Amino acid sequence: MSIAISLRNCGKTWPGGARGLLPIDLEITAGETLVLLGPSGCGKTTLLRLIAGLELPDDGGAVLFDGREVTRLPIERRNVGMVFQSYALFPNMDVAGNIGYGLRVRGTPKNEVKQRVAEMLEMMQLTDFRHRRIDALSGGQRQRVALARAIAPRPQVLLLDEPLSALDARLRDQLRQEIDALLRGLGITAIYVTHDQSEAMALGDRICVMEAGRIAQIGSGRDLYHRPANEFVAHFIGDANKYTVMDGETILRPEELCLRPNPHGAFNITRVTFLGPVLRVMVRHVDGRELRADVPDDPSLQPGMRVDVTLRRASPTSLESQGLGVGASIILD
Amino acid sequence: MRRGIGFWTGLCFTLLVSAFLILPIFASVIAGVTANQFIGISSGFTTRWVLDVWVNYGGTVLLSLQIAFATLAITLVLGVPAAYVLARHAGVTARLVEEALVMPVAVPGLATALGLILAYGAVGGLRSSWVFILIGHVIFCLPFMLRAVLAVLLAIDLQRLEEAARACGATWAQRFLGVVVPNIRGGILAGSLMVVTLSLGEFNMTLLLHTPFTRTLPVGLADAYTALRTEMASAYTLIFFALIVPLLSGMQWVVSRMDQPGGSR
Repeated sequence: MSIAISLRNCGKTWPGGARGLLPIDLEITAGETLVLLGPSGCGKTTLLRLIAGLELPDDGGAVLFDGREVTRLPIERRNVGMVFQSYALFPNMDVAGNIGYGLRVRGTPKNEVKQRVAEMLEMMQLTDFRHRRIDALSGGQRQRVALARAIAPRPQVLLLDEPLSALDARLRDQLRQEIDALLRGLGITAIYVTHDQSEAMALGDRICVMEAGRIAQIGSGRDLYHRPANEFVAHFIGDANKYTVMDGETILRPEELCLRPNPHGAFNITRVTFLGPVLRVMVRHVDGRELRADVPDDPSLQPGMRVDVTLRRASPTSLESQGLGVGASIILD
Repeated sequence: MRRGIGFWTGLCFTLLVSAFLILPIFASVIAGVTANQFIGISSGFTTRWVLDVWVNYGGTVLLSLQIAFATLAITLVLGVPAAYVLARHAGVTARLVEEALVMPVAVPGLATALGLILAYGAVGGLRSSWVFILIGHVIFCLPFMLRAVLAVLLAIDLQRLEEAARACGATWAQRFLGVVVPNIRGGILAGSLMVVTLSLGEFNMTLLLHTPFTRTLPVGLADAYTALRTEMASAYTLIFFALIVPLLSGMQWVVSRMDQPGGSR
């Protein structure tokens, strides 16, 4: 049921000349969840819409589903399911009507539609709401209806465009887990667009970080975190300190740093903020370089104190040009 | 809650204005059923005038209804798709077309009618046909339908709704009839009420476009009034109200019945 997707040389230039997407190649394997992650305007939604069939790539670009060219096939004939940021539910239909829409327009027999809709309502825990009007639902319920509507016709690919960004943080966490379980259960090829890195980490088999119309890096969350391809990725995935050493720069994650009080230490604590799980400490080297460290809570750490900064992990987060050696506990200078 | 002086002054003012507006209607209705206008209601009530009007001008009422509904049908068929196309295109051309379509509202009806007569008055039997009046009414009423529908189309997220329907596999016809039209029926209703009301009451153009055999209700009313038959004119107005109030309420009722969302559409 799930299919592989290939993009060949797909770029998008908007009328007027603005480049939405520089020509890219991308392979998505069958059944995988790929997250497109990046700030707004990076081209992630454009890329999703190219895959969906809502936009045509510039000349020379091709979209393939399981090796079959679908570039010029409109979305209604691609057999994809899509969830929109604004839900885009049909206000003239009730919950069951929305969920069954994709089946009805395909001419599915009535009793089959009824059965599948009941199945979807059950799966999304919406059975009690089946005759509700859309405007009488909460945000989370609307999002569930949108998901159910997208997967009811058993699409080959599921496309999700920032589906959780309109919800509050708690609900977002809960729905994120539900979507994760759903995608794993369906085994469907899914492409998920978000600007939220924790959402990307939680959902994606692979994450494709995008920057200014191009792909900055593709890899697992661990790859991106520990081996960012460039400074943009390092800063977008988690917090990062850019630190100049000998002949280049390196990326140091705040939680990789340890502080040890030492009256002759090279660093001076400038600010201490208690965040709950960790203590965020800003330190400044005598030569002016600054670092941010997240350390276990320690009331003795106070602004003005001198400390040594050591690197806890065996291998620091690398940016190709790392000047730091690998060691058990390196004292930074 | 204690209401201040502002509330009571406001209420009095509103009631006064309402009374000012309703009084002529009321006076007219009374005059239409009063036996002798000069003596007043003490002369008793009668249905004579109403019957007289029906005998003399019944045809104009029927023709007006016929033209109003024909106008409605044509403005629906032309106006709704036109509004849809204009809503989907944001460009300068679309805005120019929109302005051009709205133009007849700005031009005096007499001028439009004159233009129609000069251009098409000699074409076949058009001048003596009721269709000639219909053409005028369509030109005059179309902008109202267009604007009412366009306003609603621009208020809903048309593009996103259509994309969602397409993602579900819907063809253009399926999404236009199943998603777009049901979600703009408020605008279609507002436009329809406007078109029927305007067409039934249209006088400016019709005065020039009509012939003795194609007189509409307002033309007949003017005729009764200029013949100094005020009681006839009043009875005529009464018939007009009796016609239009249930008609418009009925149209609203039908649409509100359709307003229950269901799974089958």
